[in-house]
Amino acid sequence: MTLAAEIKDTSPEKLLAPVLSAFWDQDESWTLDVYRRHEGYEGLRKALAMDPDDLIAYVKDSGLRGRGGAGFPTGMKWQFIPQGDGKPHYLVVNADESEPGTCKDIPLLFANPHALIEGIVIACHAIRSSHAFVYLRGEVVPVLRRLHEAVREAYAAGYLGEDILGSGLDLDLTVHAGAGAYICGEETALLDSLEGRRGQPRLRPPFPAVAGLYACPTVVNNVESIASVPSILHRGKDWFRSMGSEKSPGFTLYSLSGHVARPGQYEAPLGVTLRQLLDMSGGMRPGHRLKFWTPGGSSTPMFTDEHLDVPLDYEGVGAAGSMLGTKALQCFDETTCVVRAVTRWTEFYAHESCGKCTPCREGTYWLVQLMRDLEAGKGRMSDLDKLYDIADNINGKAFCALGDGAAAPIFSSLKYFREEYEQHITGRGCPFDPARSTAWADRTEVHA
Amino acid sequence: MTTSPSERGVSLGMPQPPAPAYPDDVRARLEADAREVVARYPDSRSALLPLLHLVQSEEGHVTRAGMRFCAEVLGLTTAEVTAVATFYSMYRRRAGGDYQVGVCTNTLCAVMGGDALFESLQEHLGVGNGETTEDGTITLEHIECNAACDYAPVVMINWEFFDNQTPESIRRVVDDLRAGREVTPTRGAPLCTFKETSRILAGFPDERDGAVAGGGSAGPASLAGLKLAKGEAPAARVVSPRDGGPAEPPKGAVHDPSPAEHLGSHDAPQETSASDPAHPAGPTAEEGE
Repeated sequence: MTLAAEIKDTSPEKLLAPVLSAFWDQDESWTLDVYRRHEGYEGLRKALAMDPDDLIAYVKDSGLRGRGGAGFPTGMKWQFIPQGDGKPHYLVVNADESEPGTCKDIPLLFANPHALIEGIVIACHAIRSSHAFVYLRGEVVPVLRRLHEAVREAYAAGYLGEDILGSGLDLDLTVHAGAGAYICGEETALLDSLEGRRGQPRLRPPFPAVAGLYACPTVVNNVESIASVPSILHRGKDWFRSMGSEKSPGFTLYSLSGHVARPGQYEAPLGVTLRQLLDMSGGMRPGHRLKFWTPGGSSTPMFTDEHLDVPLDYEGVGAAGSMLGTKALQCFDETTCVVRAVTRWTEFYAHESCGKCTPCREGTYWLVQLMRDLEAGKGRMSDLDKLYDIADNINGKAFCALGDGAAAPIFSSLKYFREEYEQHITGRGCPFDPARSTAWADRTEVHA
Repeated sequence: MTTSPSERGVSLGMPQPPAPAYPDDVRARLEADAREVVARYPDSRSALLPLLHLVQSEEGHVTRAGMRFCAEVLGLTTAEVTAVATFYSMYRRRAGGDYQVGVCTNTLCAVMGGDALFESLQEHLGVGNGETTEDGTITLEHIECNAACDYAPVVMINWEFFDNQTPESIRRVVDDLRAGREVTPTRGAPLCTFKETSRILAGFPDERDGAVAGGGSAGPASLAGLKLAKGEAPAARVVSPRDGGPAEPPKGAVHDPSPAEHLGSHDAPQETSASDPAHPAGPTAEEGE
């Protein structure tokens, strides 16, 4: 991707790279039969023939980084597990996908649950674990059904259970449904929840790699990270590295949503831009312009149309002042009030704050009070500084990243749209008509 | 069965008498299930969340008797169980309807029409947030992001996906539910009751024929990128199959959308950027000029 001509090429065949999503259009794509017809469980055979330490090194060399938001190298997480310590080791898959805008793991598990199960078996061989858990958010029953069925099929076929494929590896997999709490996507809160407690984050250190589930060494990985491992084993780390960049290699699922012509899942090499994704998929809805968007969920500082050419990889988005996060590209057009959008996100963080630490619990409460006043046109100019100040007192000072997430929309919207906040104050109200933003707004307009 | 304000209030007065126990037959049945749940974990306390789903499948909400049952099975105090049951939003703490209707009003869905859906349903059903209709069929609430943003605005009923809804389409769905007609979500199996759903959540697979296959391999938005990559003509922007359609619930589990079904009589032809040079779509418009 060095030539300008290539960069301008918006042909989807060249820019997209369906791997995990490659056969979601096949009948019964979620079944073991269809998965095996698409090279399923081939990576596992290679992995089981390898020494666990070599396997960890191989995944580390592939450069795979966590797809759950933080981008931590997956192989390195595995390497942190102490070996020969005599304690049980656990793999816990974080399938609590709840970050606003994020919608990749749920369709992945619905259409292709065996990719995750194969990845789990490989990871457990590497970290020498004989019990893995999938912590699935409870609010997605159709996905739970398919996971139950896929696990049943995998046991019946000998991919789970005792002496898997004659390798000597024993592995049990438990599917665990959560009960509704955004905070359980935070890995230590997830572990507390999986232990049957309120989902509240733990102080670190010790990190889960040393004292995780039941105080034993534990790897917590995102669904997409683990599901990406089988193809790396099957097709090789060089193939994986041929996509993306040096520091952000490989492919990933980008989720396009909002006021776009064609929302959905777009699997592409890391580093594709929003402009490329929009160009190939029909752009914003007809007659409208992009106003603001999130690169990776509501907790990642928002971007505007100035950022359309930011490469969507860990370094590119970071250098532009945000985070790649979950690659949840929520796009809002010019009909959307940014104050309304941020108020709603702020209400979300206040609702989901677990209450353990004061900056987040109290701070998000007061942010909501200020944002509601501002949106309703009852704010004062001094409230904008107060808003910034409170967000600043949460950011970096809370127990976990939920607090930072709550501050991100406030900071970034004040940075790019301070004028719009001021309009709400001077005009004593919101200048936008929410009816114009709805999915059916333009249909009704034409009819009228 | 609209809940009275007193049921919702916080009781700060006299301490309550000990929670009642389940009748013997119920207890025996649930104990057998509970043993199966506990066996899945190296440490029994991990079974608490699924067991709370299990007691919810018995009574439709988490009662004091249910919490006492969990405490006894796991060797915990009822205070420890209550602390957990009150933390998570999926556990109902008072009686509710057979169908939990949750409208996503997190930012993206709200902007795309979720606020209008929620308002419309409150008016149509005559209930507010967290309240249940007189006939005990439907409990309405607004929910947070449910990981289906590419199908916004989304409504979840008993945690099944109803994608790309409009006020008209979702009113029709709740009318069908109240009339006892079978309702099939956009992606998933025909709806079962809240209690039956809770049993699946406790980790007991759905035994109904065809339930796992319900909804097909993937929804249309999930395939958007794949179809482009394969050079296949992408489907038109999907609107609710019910929008402008007949009142009967859809028959087939797999819905293969065609433009004829999607566009109701009130829909204008959908323009593309190519056909509307006066309004070129997309962010490149100005740069390209």
